[in-house]
Amino acid sequence: MSGYARRVGIVLWKDLLVERRTKESLNALLFFGLLLLFLFQFSLGPDRAQVESVLPGLLWLGFVLAGLLGLGRSFLAERDNDCWEGLLLTPGDKSAIYLGKLVANVCVMGAVELVILVLFGLFFDVDLARALPGLAVVLPLGTLGLAAVGTLFAAVTAQVRARELLFPVLLLPAQVPVLLATVSATQVALAGQPLADASAWLQLLAGADLVYLVIGLLTFEFVLDA
Amino acid sequence: MPRRPLVRVLGWLALLALLVGLGMAFGYAPREAVQGNVQRIMYVHVPAVLTAYLAFVLVLVGSIGYLASARPGWDRLAASAAELGVLFTGITIASGSIWGKPTWGTWWTWDARLTSTAILFLVYVGYLLLRAMVDEPERRARFAAVVGIVGAANIPIVHFSVKWWRALHQPSTILGPEPSPIAAPIALALLANWVAFTLLFAYFLARRVEIAQLEEAALQGAVRAR
Repeated sequence: MSGYARRVGIVLWKDLLVERRTKESLNALLFFGLLLLFLFQFSLGPDRAQVESVLPGLLWLGFVLAGLLGLGRSFLAERDNDCWEGLLLTPGDKSAIYLGKLVANVCVMGAVELVILVLFGLFFDVDLARALPGLAVVLPLGTLGLAAVGTLFAAVTAQVRARELLFPVLLLPAQVPVLLATVSATQVALAGQPLADASAWLQLLAGADLVYLVIGLLTFEFVLDA
Repeated sequence: MPRRPLVRVLGWLALLALLVGLGMAFGYAPREAVQGNVQRIMYVHVPAVLTAYLAFVLVLVGSIGYLASARPGWDRLAASAAELGVLFTGITIASGSIWGKPTWGTWWTWDARLTSTAILFLVYVGYLLLRAMVDEPERRARFAAVVGIVGAANIPIVHFSVKWWRALHQPSTILGPEPSPIAAPIALALLANWVAFTLLFAYFLARRVEIAQLEEAALQGAVRAR
């Protein structure tokens, strides 16, 4: 088991190091998030009351769109310089690679989401301090759900033509439950209500995360090996 | 490729059952008191959705079977069932829409079951798109199997999330926990049509699997001739 954890750690460390050195995903995604906030504002108009009710949906729409761009890239770098063969030659259970990639994706997505959240609070004048305890639960759960399926499908589509088209077409319908649950729970959190009001949604989200994670761990080897 | 008389018999049986079902839907079953003749659409709508669910279960079975055994037969089953599942889900949505206009006064509403059926449709259209994008058969089978498993595992999650999100559709009367309140002639006509649709599905499935076999044989022949 310690060998397994070590392999997870190595993949995670490698991905984060590559990201730190190139800053490819992070920089572009942060800028993309900022652009999205502007686009939302333009398309909804200046009426504050009108925007208020759709804020949780907008926030998660931003996260999902950023996730589509960020997660879809997570296996592209592996195609160069025979890295894919390197992954295949890794000894032991291949699901360790999936887990390492997944945790790296959650880290990068989490960082992007935090910055988007702060900008969001700034531009739409949202009282974040009140919502913070709730968001601290919803955000990781939602990100995990998004990344668990996203990482698996990214590995699939990395080896397919029309990748950038196919990835969202596969991921978005699968993410409807995550979107519904996170938006509802975020609504509760932003309204300053106790998180217990959204406990059913959070349970569903946690259950969905678990299902996605287990499927990812079980099937990843078949995808990598194809 | 040997001709299969059994499949042919199945086809004739399906045709006969459809004619009987049609006759019962219009001749035997009485006119519904509140909705009038519009209600007869149910004899297509309900069998279609039950058939679609059967198809998606077979996609799951075929997907797991393929990953477990790597036999191409499982993949042909999954692919054929997915195509038919999309077809019957399409019939479900279209017939429901035609029924909804005079009954609910709208072609479409974001009711729970409508929405989850539509999401199901999108998930498996994505599955078919993925299949179309991969040329190499073994790869296609593996990727499709993974997406098929995620899609099937997602069905209950989608179901519950969308149900909590919104509810307007009348609760399920056939598969519900209470004894069915449907009058006997209507239930009998429905049963006849359900049997007919299942037979039709079995016939289509057998034919579609045959076509997939022929396609693969032709492809291998072409490779050998080269």
